Amino acid sequence: MEGWSMMTKRYLVLEDGSIFEGKAFGAENASIGEAVFATGMTGYQETISNPSGCGQIVVMTYPLIGNYGINRDDYESIDLAINGLVIRELTEEPSNFRSGMSLGDLLILKGIPGIQEIDTRKLTRLLRDKGSLRGKLTAAGEEIDTDATVAELQQYELPTDLVAKVSTKRPYPSPGLGKRVVVIDYGIKHGILRELNKKDCDVIVVPHDTSAKEISALFPDGILLSNGPGNPEDVEGAVETIKELLGKKPIFGIGLGHQLFALACGAKTAKMKNSHIGGNYPVKDLNTNRTDLTAQSHGYEVLEDSLAGTGLEVTHRALNDNCIEGLRSEKLEAFAVQFHPEASPGPQDSNYIFERFIQLMTASNRKENTNA
Amino acid sequence: MPKRTDIKSILVIGSGPIVIGQAAEFDYAGTQACLSLKEEGYRVILINSNPATIMTDTEMADKVYIEPITLEFVSRIIRKERPDALLATLGGQTGLNMAIELHESGILDELGIEILGTKLDAIHKAEDRDLFRTLMNEMGEPVPDSDIIHNIDEAYAFVKEIGYPVIVRPAFTLGGTGGGICHNDEDLEEIVASGLKYSPVTQCLLEKSIAGFKEIEYEVMRDSADNAIVVCNMENVDAVGIHTGDSIVTAPCQTLTDRENQMLRNVSLNIIRELKIEGGCNVQLALDPDSFDYYIIEVNPRVSRSSALASKATGYPIAKLAAKIAVGLTLDEMMNPVTGNTYACFEPTLDYVVTKIPRWPFDKFESAKRNLGTQMKATGEVMAMGRTFEESIMKAVRSLETGQFDLSLPGGNEMSDEWIEQRIRKAGDERLFFIGEALRRGVTIETIHEWSAIDLFFLRKFENIVRYEEILKDNPYDKEIGYKAKRLGFPDMTIAKLWKTTEREVYDWRQAQGLVPVYKKVDTCAGEYESDTPYFYGTYEDENESVRTDKKSVIVLGSGPIRIGQGVEFDYATVHCVWAIQQSGYEAIIVNNNPETVSTDFSISDKLYFEPLTIEDVMHIVDLEQPEGVIVQFGGQTAINLADELEARGVKILGTSLEDIDRAENRDKFESALHEIGVPQPLGKTALSVPEAVVIATEIGYPVLVRPSYVLGGRAMEIVYYEEELLQYMENAVKASPEHPVLIDRYLTGTEIEVDAICDGETVLIPGIMEHIERAGVHSGDSIAVYPPQNLSQSMIETIADYTKRLALGLKIRGLMNIQFVISEGQVYVIEVNPRSSRTVPFLSKITNIPMANVATQAILGKSILEQGYTDGLAQAPAGVYVKVPVFSFAKLRRVDITLGPEMKSTGEVMGKDVTLEKALYKGLVAAGMEVKEYGTVLMTVSDKDKEEIVDIAKRFIETGYRIVATEGTAKVLEAENIEVRTVGKIGTEGPTLIDVIQKGQAQLVINTLTKGKQPARDGFRIRRETVENGVPCLTSIDTAAAMLSVIESMTFQTDAMPKPQVVQ
Repeated sequence: MEGWSMMTKRYLVLEDGSIFEGKAFGAENASIGEAVFATGMTGYQETISNPSGCGQIVVMTYPLIGNYGINRDDYESIDLAINGLVIRELTEEPSNFRSGMSLGDLLILKGIPGIQEIDTRKLTRLLRDKGSLRGKLTAAGEEIDTDATVAELQQYELPTDLVAKVSTKRPYPSPGLGKRVVVIDYGIKHGILRELNKKDCDVIVVPHDTSAKEISALFPDGILLSNGPGNPEDVEGAVETIKELLGKKPIFGIGLGHQLFALACGAKTAKMKNSHIGGNYPVKDLNTNRTDLTAQSHGYEVLEDSLAGTGLEVTHRALNDNCIEGLRSEKLEAFAVQFHPEASPGPQDSNYIFERFIQLMTASNRKENTNA
Repeated sequence: MPKRTDIKSILVIGSGPIVIGQAAEFDYAGTQACLSLKEEGYRVILINSNPATIMTDTEMADKVYIEPITLEFVSRIIRKERPDALLATLGGQTGLNMAIELHESGILDELGIEILGTKLDAIHKAEDRDLFRTLMNEMGEPVPDSDIIHNIDEAYAFVKEIGYPVIVRPAFTLGGTGGGICHNDEDLEEIVASGLKYSPVTQCLLEKSIAGFKEIEYEVMRDSADNAIVVCNMENVDAVGIHTGDSIVTAPCQTLTDRENQMLRNVSLNIIRELKIEGGCNVQLALDPDSFDYYIIEVNPRVSRSSALASKATGYPIAKLAAKIAVGLTLDEMMNPVTGNTYACFEPTLDYVVTKIPRWPFDKFESAKRNLGTQMKATGEVMAMGRTFEESIMKAVRSLETGQFDLSLPGGNEMSDEWIEQRIRKAGDERLFFIGEALRRGVTIETIHEWSAIDLFFLRKFENIVRYEEILKDNPYDKEIGYKAKRLGFPDMTIAKLWKTTEREVYDWRQAQGLVPVYKKVDTCAGEYESDTPYFYGTYEDENESVRTDKKSVIVLGSGPIRIGQGVEFDYATVHCVWAIQQSGYEAIIVNNNPETVSTDFSISDKLYFEPLTIEDVMHIVDLEQPEGVIVQFGGQTAINLADELEARGVKILGTSLEDIDRAENRDKFESALHEIGVPQPLGKTALSVPEAVVIATEIGYPVLVRPSYVLGGRAMEIVYYEEELLQYMENAVKASPEHPVLIDRYLTGTEIEVDAICDGETVLIPGIMEHIERAGVHSGDSIAVYPPQNLSQSMIETIADYTKRLALGLKIRGLMNIQFVISEGQVYVIEVNPRSSRTVPFLSKITNIPMANVATQAILGKSILEQGYTDGLAQAPAGVYVKVPVFSFAKLRRVDITLGPEMKSTGEVMGKDVTLEKALYKGLVAAGMEVKEYGTVLMTVSDKDKEEIVDIAKRFIETGYRIVATEGTAKVLEAENIEVRTVGKIGTEGPTLIDVIQKGQAQLVINTLTKGKQPARDGFRIRRETVENGVPCLTSIDTAAAMLSVIESMTFQTDAMPKPQVVQ
């Protein structure tokens, strides 16, 4: 609670020299990461446990965070991958029937530093204007040497092995009686698995560096390229693997999976000035002309100009910045969306995308059967 | 989808007068809708009976009709104007019900008029309890166990099955009129009876009570292409059981996880898709705090009070876009007007906390039941924004203007623990403050949760506030503690109380310490996109986003929440003032806290500060903006009351100076001023103590008019006939306004006259003189006003104009003034001068075509009245007769005496205009909701002083064919005059009493001028309440009765038998 409890000072220093002083919560250690802001008013538990946020220092724009605590159901991964959390005010004593612990306690448990009592709107506007910046959360109670910290940040190279960090080390199944879906885990959110389970899919999750041959040997009806953190170009071997799989079995990409799919088809990706992290991004389905509110969490995008000659068709677009949000190759029986149809957190309007994947697999099976 | 080109003209139906449950939010919605449709090039025809609205300004539509919203009149307008389409979902329940009536009458089909937006069958499905329940069952959406009942037996049958408590919800009524929670048979009998009475289809829903669940609302929009969005979700701090209009509400939801939020969001969107809503819609849900179980409570298939709140809370203009959806545009092709660079198909995300607190009229209605339930009682509301919940609610508390600045009650520390517990268990208007008191006494939040079912999250926040009082107390002038206190929303007033110093002292100390607020922008997107919206709220953080421009600016203070005595008419004047400031080349900055109004639409002014109207909050804005000055005369008493503190801090008051304001409001100064300029007033003096009051009253002679100085709407004003009454009154009055003395005047009976004038220092423009139907003694806001006066001689009019001019110049008025005169025995006396805009300004502006607030503002800013093209003196009256008829909300307020007196009771007003007084009155009465029947029975029961006058009235009623029923005393008088009358017993006598007559619907009109009095036990009171409960018009003034009679007479032809030939002898 904001008030009299004497909390320890902590600073957030950004590479442009901006300094924000606040109060420490969570773990005591210092941490460096890419500062990005997330605009969802609910869903902090999902946001901080989304592996796509690996290495990030996440700024929540809604000022009261922790209100309903942390529960056992709403994790998007078992471990938190973010490097820090920046908020206006932490609710120390949550109120919700599912709450099992407070957000502050979770961050302590997971060793992630947090800072509160920050003018997060000022910080958000700064990040909006300058784009994502590298930032450092200082150790609790530690005084800062500004120049040294800024120099440190400017020299700091964002890690390029994020996917390897969050991807599963060995394959695991999540059995069902329906379609066999092999999920390539680049940092998968549990939400995607929940959706596949709902559709009774027989899921096998494999590490990001699993070869095409191994995947084919699992006899999938379809392959799902999962979401994940960072720059798609940094994911070693992924493009080659996907290239090999394309055209063999239906493929469905989400988030980073969407970008990798585009790269594999010959398109290009680039870092955006402002990431989309939140639950209120309108996206138009160009076929039905309907606009849905979508959950998003991406800092890279597929470049429009690079589509020529790839055979890719744009199926979805962000209404506001025209960003490509969905691609398809009918010939290759593959499609992908940049947003998160599994939501968690955020609106579930585009949940129908999973149904499309199932339909695509069914149609593909039928074709094979007729051909055979 | 592009907009429709097959329709050219659209009829918009407004919401009529302000009543409890339907306030200024529909002026806001209607104004936005009209402008929005005009913007798209449609010809807009508007009908609304409420003259005090911005939407009835002639610029708002191509044709504006201020006529009764009844089938008769709307049909007539439709036949005349032949619109292609009708838009009814922006005029509240009134507009919606009118559309249904029109449809059922067949006129829409006959003339091929299409209903735009949400279709009628969808409206039916949402509003008809039975159809709605069926639809929900089909969709598999849970609704609480319920049954439609048409009589009390069916109600008992339901209770037998389900058990108490049950909720009664009458079908098709406004703000839950006539409904409530029943805990036992007695409640059931009473509430079901009233519910059936108020439901136009004599139908109530009886529902298993789910009190204690979280009450959650979703404001949703859908277009014809099936795009659907949630503009805002809101969580009621008060659990299910209290009408949402009477609940403290916060946006966004604070205690819901994303999973709960998405679950309810999906439900809401599924429902509006199923209903095929085209436009705005409100979905109310109940969520079990201990599981994912939820129920659908209600769906409002139209723009509502909640959508006004959602619009202001997020910045997203729901009504404006709903109107565009109605003409075929879709969300994905319209821009978000807030950012200007993103699309309207978007869900706003907030980076602040919004709190709404209702404003109740219990300060005026001491005897009213203060407990809250399913029937709304608030007249208005305030909203506040902050970056912490504590800041947000503390700002809302001081915005209420109830004299409270924190979570404490006057005399709170003397209350018993039992009393406090009781007032927390049984929700009432002051529950929040009783909770503060309980926390101060160490009651745990868990206990309070048990008592109130309020979520621990909110209780903890209240506890934070109360606990911090101690810390403040122990750390006077500690900068860090002070800063934290400000971040928790503590006003200087409370800090000063805890530090035992003055508010000014704390303010100055903070300035010296640099502890000043910054202003953050409301941008719908939490800063993600750039936005130029000039919409700000204050908070204590690092970055200030409100930048002062080079342009000279003027600050206008708004009028705060709608309450009795200060309604939408002050918002009307405020908005016109803003426009005039802009026309004069200045930047217009507005400060206000009422989410329902047009003035808090960010597109009205150059800058909107959504802030409390206290000296501290206003001074912060003045410090930042450095305006040329502040205009206080349009924001009612709220703004006027800030004038002296503002001037004391070196702020220039534009318009009538503080000294002159004081001269008009301070009794003694006023008296000497009147003496100087030679305008007579009734004998009167100021009393500072009780003994003094007794001496003065004896000197002047009873009856006397007593009132505290500096009050609103005649609050606590009374006519006192005896010393005993005076003593009784003094006790209450002193309580009502402790810092101010009491005025005692001779009470003169006579015609009351009201005048509004504009003065620039040299010229006095008098747009018009109004004559009241009711004699002096009835508050001007509750009187029927007639323009132009019908019974005044030319010389009398000249005297009034002359006095007005002398008063304006003598009091050095700059801008608007309002004067009340009484004509007694051929002599004109001034009763009161208000050096500010008044209730009648919009009424007169519309009639005379003189935009009074605009002219006054320009005069204030230096453009003389003559330069503006107006002349000195009384303006030429236009043709026709215009009446302003007050509208009351007594049905909503149990135990309130409806008798008219010096204290104002009406919540709104309507206008009637026509070529004769009778025709205008007819329209006015009909528009006010009174049924004027050509024949029937009138029940008379009058006091001794009125018995002489009733005779003539009774005779005339007989002439029209009415029958008369009277109680014994009155009947005797009438019989003595050979008038045929049926005598009925008084209350408590044997045989049929007048109560039976009323209850059985045997009287179509009641004239009751019996004993006034605040004790509900009195007969007169009981009778009057009975008329309200049974929906029979009750006139409590002989003058109103005479006016009503003249209308009835004018409606009917004379039927005199032929005179018998005289026998010539």
